[in-house]
Amino acid sequence: MNINMTLIGELIAFVVFVIFCMKYVWPPIIGAIETRQKTIADGLAASDRAAKDLELAQEKATAQLKDAKAQAAEIVEAAKKREAQIVEEAAEKAQAEKAKIIAAGHAEIETERNQAKEELRQQVAILAVAGAEKILERSIDAAAHSDILDKLVAEL
Amino acid sequence: MSAGEITSQEYIKHHLHNLTVGEGFWAVHIDTLGWSIFLGLVFLYIFRSVAKKADTGVPGKLQCAVEMIVGFVDDSVKSTFHGNNPLIAPLALTIFVWVLLMNAMDWVPVDLLPRIFELFGVHYMKAVPTTDMNMTLGLAFGVFILIIYYSIKVKGIGGFIKELTTQPFGHWSLYWLNFILEVVTMLARPLSLALRLFGNLYAGELIFLLIATLGIAQLPVHFIWAAFHLLVIPLQAFIFMMLTIVYLSLAHEDH
Repeated sequence: MNINMTLIGELIAFVVFVIFCMKYVWPPIIGAIETRQKTIADGLAASDRAAKDLELAQEKATAQLKDAKAQAAEIVEAAKKREAQIVEEAAEKAQAEKAKIIAAGHAEIETERNQAKEELRQQVAILAVAGAEKILERSIDAAAHSDILDKLVAEL
Repeated sequence: MSAGEITSQEYIKHHLHNLTVGEGFWAVHIDTLGWSIFLGLVFLYIFRSVAKKADTGVPGKLQCAVEMIVGFVDDSVKSTFHGNNPLIAPLALTIFVWVLLMNAMDWVPVDLLPRIFELFGVHYMKAVPTTDMNMTLGLAFGVFILIIYYSIKVKGIGGFIKELTTQPFGHWSLYWLNFILEVVTMLARPLSLALRLFGNLYAGELIFLLIATLGIAQLPVHFIWAAFHLLVIPLQAFIFMMLTIVYLSLAHEDH
């Protein structure tokens, strides 16, 4: 194995290759790698954040659902109460109406009874006059004895 | 040249002969230089074409492969070299991929390329550049120059000399001994780099050649040895790269 000029040639080739590699090969490749690494890291971070956001949103949604359910229950409860109240009020109203109607009925009956009484009195008076006429067998001046008749009617 | 006419010793010797131009020290191994530069250009061409189209969105498959290698080298550098030097990472990438490609030439059947070149009248062809000491020493020498350059740059000339002379023994009378020890340590680094790579690949190549002399039995054995090189080839490239980073990291450390 002889050491000779080949060594110098290889040394020169080595130096040239290294310089070329340093100037034109290494920087763009490592730059691309690092840029992509950053992009990927950013993407992963973003997806992490999104996952966390999703979790938060789900928690929020669950809480809201719970709230909504509670509210619904409350509303139903209130509605039931209100219903009972309405029914009660209606019953009261009906009661009052019933009383009113009954009272009105009573009054009407009273009025009609009074009317009937009045008519009856008058007819009794007429009958009495006719009876008296027949009894006396003569015409009695109705006007001259009306005070007696009125008294008679009032006594009925 | 067919194996039947020559002994296996001659066969192996022939295969381990470089295509050489010139004499003595001024000789040049055309095959080593040619293949290593060709493979270096393959590396730079592929990586440059990816770098030009480097997309920060979804990468293509080639871009993915290149980025995996770059990412791997970048991680190795970042875990070992604590400092900011724009040269280290591209240097490590060049060493790793280039050495890997050169080692991978080991997978090409030992007779294939020499036979092809023989058709064109070229009688010697060693296709694995890392089995040539000149190649591995050239690489290691480049690293060695950087070690010294950064040692002086970070610590200053005085600091560098001080580091060579005042450790491990703090007494002035032992400075000469420190200097000898430190110089040996310093020289051992590039030499160990070069020799480890060369030794591993040279031995691997030699065994490929021995297997090739087995005749018909060579096929399964060749396959097993080639499969074994699935470990050796990337491992040696990785070790060369890692040690380079470690040595340069040590050079940057200021005590």
